[in-house]
Amino acid sequence: MSTPAEYYQRDREWHPPAYTHDYKTSVARSPQYSLISLENTVSEITGPRFGHGDIDPIDNDLILNYAQPGQSPIGERIILHGRVLDENGRPVPNTLVEAWQANAGGRYRHKKDTYLAPIDPNFGGCGRTLTDENGYYFFRTVKPGAYPWRNWVNNWRPAHVHMSIFGSGFAQRLITQCYFEGDPLIAKCPIVKTIPSQAAIDSLVAALDLNATIPLDTIAYKFDIVLRGRRSTLFENRLEGN
Amino acid sequence: MVQKLDYLKETPSQTAGPYVHIGLAPGAAGFDIYERELGWDIAGPNATGERIRVEGLVIDGTGSPVKDVLLEAWQANAEGVYPHPESAGETEEGFRGWGRVITNFETGEWAFETIKPGSTPGRNGTTQAPHINLWIVARGINIGLNTRLYFEDETEANAADPVINTIEWEKRRATLLAKRSDKDGQIVYRFDIRLQGENETVFFDI
Ligand SMILES: [Fe+3]
Repeated sequence: MSTPAEYYQRDREWHPPAYTHDYKTSVARSPQYSLISLENTVSEITGPRFGHGDIDPIDNDLILNYAQPGQSPIGERIILHGRVLDENGRPVPNTLVEAWQANAGGRYRHKKDTYLAPIDPNFGGCGRTLTDENGYYFFRTVKPGAYPWRNWVNNWRPAHVHMSIFGSGFAQRLITQCYFEGDPLIAKCPIVKTIPSQAAIDSLVAALDLNATIPLDTIAYKFDIVLRGRRSTLFENRLEGN
Repeated sequence: MVQKLDYLKETPSQTAGPYVHIGLAPGAAGFDIYERELGWDIAGPNATGERIRVEGLVIDGTGSPVKDVLLEAWQANAEGVYPHPESAGETEEGFRGWGRVITNFETGEWAFETIKPGSTPGRNGTTQAPHINLWIVARGINIGLNTRLYFEDETEANAADPVINTIEWEKRRATLLAKRSDKDGQIVYRFDIRLQGENETVFFDI
């Protein structure tokens, strides 16, 4: 067993801050005190593990996983694929990736969503998968539609897929959103703009990936995800003492 | 100019949004899609230790319960072992150590059942008091919030806990203590989380 080492400190200037005035819901839901910085212990470097017994093979196919037999959802058929890496550029294998999204009309299958675009009877809108030994994952789905939301009077969310990723330590836990190349709504969105830097925003935009398309069938977008990396143990700063 | 370091940048966080349940707890969103939802059984049938229920509210800066929150819990077993190869020791068959709960859409109450964890090793030979690591996401929360639930009746262990003692303001330490009660033979720990305002819960940058 190798000696556990810390995760690199999170770059809090790269992530959105808790308080972002133009994303109005954050105003009353943002802590006002500074976070207390913890050095990692066993509680942070360990995390839940998942296996193929936890999910079903069809769970990553949103075109099939809720459709009636012989039917499929309306919309642009896409493959959303990529790798989960850490900050050292190493793949993160066997990690759970969960995704959820609106249908092609911009409507969620959720009792709290009242947008007038219709529910698609063949589309659930969620999927999950485990990365393979090279950190690779893929989903098959339809491209989600833009939808309006209450913030300013006229705010529209760009097309997006919500993504949840575990990694191997609880310190790596992350939820983010994947956007799509070329969408003019990205630059207008108050939720996107909670992120301070353009470079960080760009890292959430999946690229059109013609090499991964299935001709005459399904178009593809590539979305790589980076989780926190860990210190090497060249010079040990041991967590559990000597 | 200097040489370029070739580290990658972590993917930036975005809010889980109002429909987080679709992805992570679809049964609660109102539909049935997976054979098995994840995270409803933390301890499993074979875990030793005291069976407890943990419950609470997440309260926003206006004093209102947050009704669309999702919490995840990560804890050791009663012997202080996490089910992970980097935690020394063994856990019981079926012990996950991880759970996921959402709030009641009407009341904001959340609850989960588990076993009370044991003490775990801290850094540099110290011992951490029993605690459950919590991670909170919701609409309006731009990056998941990490906190720890400690048990108020573990007076001695809490007094020696290196993380609690990192908190300079002694008054704020109480925000991490869950209150024990006995409800018809069931041990309940109450842990209200205040995102903002008076008695704001201590959140950690882990
Ligand atoms: Fe959304």
